[in-house]
Amino acid sequence: MIEIKDLQKSYQMGSNSLHVLKGINFNVKEGELVSIMGSSGSGKSTLLNIIGMLDEADQGSYTLDGVPIKNLNEKIAANYRNKFLGFIFQSFNLINYKTALDNVAMPLYYQGVKRKERAEKSMHYLEKVGLADWSHHLPSELSGGQKQRVAIARALASDPKVLLADEPTGALDTKTSYEVMDLIQGINDEGKTILVVTHEDDIAQMTKRIVHLKDGLIIDDSKVEQVRASVHV
Amino acid sequence: MFDLERWQEIFETLSKNKLRTFLTGLSVASGIFILVILLGISTGIQNGVRSQFQRDATNLISIWAGSTTKEYKGLNPGRRIQLKNDDFNAVSTKYADNIEHESAFYTIWGGLVNYKNESGNYRIQGILPGNQFIENADITSGRFINIADVEGLKKVAVIGNKVSQDLFKGEDPIGKNISLYGINFKVVGVFYDPGGERDESKVFMPLTTAQLAFNGGDNIRNMMFTLKMSDNFDQAVAESQAIATAIESEIKQRQTVAPDDTNAVRVNNTLEEAKKIYSLVGTISAVFWFVGIGTIIAGVVGVGNIMLIIVKERTKEIGIRKALGAQPWSIVGMILQESVFVTLLSGLLGLILGLALLELVGPLIQSDFIEYPQVDFNTAITTVFILVFAGAIAGFIPAYRAAKIKPIVALRDE
Repeated sequence: MIEIKDLQKSYQMGSNSLHVLKGINFNVKEGELVSIMGSSGSGKSTLLNIIGMLDEADQGSYTLDGVPIKNLNEKIAANYRNKFLGFIFQSFNLINYKTALDNVAMPLYYQGVKRKERAEKSMHYLEKVGLADWSHHLPSELSGGQKQRVAIARALASDPKVLLADEPTGALDTKTSYEVMDLIQGINDEGKTILVVTHEDDIAQMTKRIVHLKDGLIIDDSKVEQVRASVHV
Repeated sequence: MFDLERWQEIFETLSKNKLRTFLTGLSVASGIFILVILLGISTGIQNGVRSQFQRDATNLISIWAGSTTKEYKGLNPGRRIQLKNDDFNAVSTKYADNIEHESAFYTIWGGLVNYKNESGNYRIQGILPGNQFIENADITSGRFINIADVEGLKKVAVIGNKVSQDLFKGEDPIGKNISLYGINFKVVGVFYDPGGERDESKVFMPLTTAQLAFNGGDNIRNMMFTLKMSDNFDQAVAESQAIATAIESEIKQRQTVAPDDTNAVRVNNTLEEAKKIYSLVGTISAVFWFVGIGTIIAGVVGVGNIMLIIVKERTKEIGIRKALGAQPWSIVGMILQESVFVTLLSGLLGLILGLALLELVGPLIQSDFIEYPQVDFNTAITTVFILVFAGAIAGFIPAYRAAKIKPIVALRDE
């Protein structure tokens, strides 16, 4: 599903150049649930942003579901993001003046889905994350866990090939974190490919494979025995 | 632009952000409203000033005769020059195309006027009908001297308001006879003169009657002409000077006076007054244009500012939308469509409110210096579109930049 070869990225910080990714080689098959771990500054978020086409690599190749991702202009990148990817952010990134339902419907709006169909599909995904009763609430009326579940529903709404979660539990307490991970595991069980960036070991243990990054290089990539989040809930 | 889904999205955004929409709309609407009122008052003041001074703004040429000071063609200096009916008729005929109103005068300075037991000394003038406009005399009752009176040597008189008050003590003077040096004249009209009491202490009668009754022969004391005004001041100046000079030399020639003898025939040209009025109206107009343009600039800056803030405030939202697959141009389009929609709607609202206020309150204004405050609709609508356009430009630049920002940067914006 994802093939990455010799990916490099550096940032210009004033006069200094900061080499963040120094040659990443990394493959993800369909249906995998992978966590990317590393201390801050290891380059894990940068890697996720490049995979998410929110940022561009300087060197190396990246293929998503057989489509080479290179020389993207904004238009194509936006199109690919819309079709291939679903994002889950640490800070939820919901549009605060839109209801839960309308937030979930956003990717569908950009796919050109008609209003009525948008509402039906969005409602379906809200039911899936257990928030059907909250569909007409604004984000400000929801708890952190509920917001993240709305964000997950939104990420699923466009039926993407890959879900990218950047510290999805970073702003949540332990109990809520496990609830969110339970949801993510459930989605993975249905066959969705999911990448999770985290620095929490217990969260990483709930995935099927852990990739360790340090100073812009992969130092460890191993499959783990998945801990079901439902055990803790 | 005509995408229904897009409009639905925009209406939703606007209705969910009521305060922002309201404030944007309010600032645009109030800007246009103030501008309309300002332009309206400007027009009102211009109208007021015009009508206040318009009557004095006429280009009046007066001609008197004096004594010669130079020897000319064998005639001695010190000779008194007497203007005659023929002099007036010659000028009147020759410049008929340029002259608006005209009158020759035969004047008795302190004439004794009696009505029953009341009497007083007033200036008695034999005049022609054109004098009504030269003097700015408003007839309050009856009529002015007309051409039939002049041609028929009628013994009729038009008296000033002061004369009427002095002699008739509130009685209606129309149709009554007044006596001047024992000759009866029938009062046919009373006039009011904005010049005041002094100008109202006069008795007018037909020129021909005055000449006959007071042994004037065909003598006249002076003559006055007003010229038709052209809209352009420079043109008016040129015309007036040319005509005044031509009249002067015409009369000098007829009276056999040296062309450079300034005392024998005197021509006074009141174009200076007209010049003041022209420049006053011009100044008022310029001041209001200056203020108006200043208001538009302030409005443009205001709208631009609001758009900058809106885009800044929405940077994160833009990042989210882009991460979810929004095309850069759809972001720019969304922001522009929203801003144009709001500014256009509220601009038109402000325009309508301003026009309505002028329409309702305008006629109620009781001031000599503000008359018919109104706004040229085209000017107003142009202003609205300038503001909308400026708002769009001011919104476009930050929207375009925001749409260009990588979503990851926009998402980081807090």
